[in-house]
Amino acid sequence: MAQSEGHQQHPLGIYFWVWGLLFVLSGFSYGVDYFQLEGMLRWSLILLFMFLKAGFIVAVFMHMAWERLALIYAILVPPLCLTVFIGLMAIEGDYTFLARLAAFGPAAEIIAPHQ
Amino acid sequence: MTHEAMAGSMTAIPAGNLGVVTDVSSDKQTFQVPWGKAMMWIFLLSDTFIFSCFLISYMTVRISTTVPWPNPSEVFALSFGGEPIPLILIAIMTFVLITSSGTMALAVNFGYRKNKKVTVMLMLATALLGATFVSMQAFEWTKLIMEEGVRPWGNPMGAAQFGASFFMITGFHGMHVTAGVIYLSIIAYRVGSGFYDRKKGGNYETVEIAGLYWHFVDLVWVFIFAFFYLW
Repeated sequence: MAQSEGHQQHPLGIYFWVWGLLFVLSGFSYGVDYFQLEGMLRWSLILLFMFLKAGFIVAVFMHMAWERLALIYAILVPPLCLTVFIGLMAIEGDYTFLARLAAFGPAAEIIAPHQ
Repeated sequence: MTHEAMAGSMTAIPAGNLGVVTDVSSDKQTFQVPWGKAMMWIFLLSDTFIFSCFLISYMTVRISTTVPWPNPSEVFALSFGGEPIPLILIAIMTFVLITSSGTMALAVNFGYRKNKKVTVMLMLATALLGATFVSMQAFEWTKLIMEEGVRPWGNPMGAAQFGASFFMITGFHGMHVTAGVIYLSIIAYRVGSGFYDRKKGGNYETVEIAGLYWHFVDLVWVFIFAFFYLW
């Protein structure tokens, strides 16, 4: 299947399969909102369908599954740094939220009464 | 190692992790793909970081606001004479973009089959679907600005940061789609006019490189749809 010259020629069937799957998965993601699922179930389903869709697009439509591992690593490893960035900013956001509650929220008068 | 043995090892390039070592060592070209394709991938990697910065800043302002976030399900609902259907316009836009991704994938395939006519038709269909997507986005923006009163600095529904995040993220994505429509039209014209037969000896890898860009635009939309509209 994999050609070292980067020439990507695959049977048409696999494209139609993935195309169909993307439609079904998008339908499911829309269903999550349509049926107003809430809480952890909603968030985990959103992430599940999102990663499946993203995976199929990158692997098959963008031919990543047939590329050499050196290219796969070069493209897919750097974005992993983003998980650290996301973690840092989530902590920062929580801190700002709590600081705002403490300074401007209903409890602000109790914590630091105005003179 | 004798010259013959080296030549022998060059013809059979190993796969997997041993392949990674082979590719990045030996003082030679690392990526065994056309340079245009490697560069498009590097560009898309940098674009990944830009969109991630937008989405992460959106996450930060949404976590840190003490005012309730407007419910996207209601904000983007649309009624066709009856009860408003939640998020329906966004759902249609998603399906339009996925359809265009499919036609693009087929265009790449037919390009390698050297079927010029079908390739051009499929690329133009992709560009047309992309233009449809941008038009629907223009409609969405107009409705949000004129009817809902959403501004980058505030809105009547809740947290003021909603407008800034929305216009920044979807605006930058819409700009990518617009650029993609122009890009695809140019490549389609070149395929149709026989440019690649004359200049590149019938090599249609440019179609695949344009396809990479287009699929990336669809990929970004998958994340925007999940995090901005559904969350």
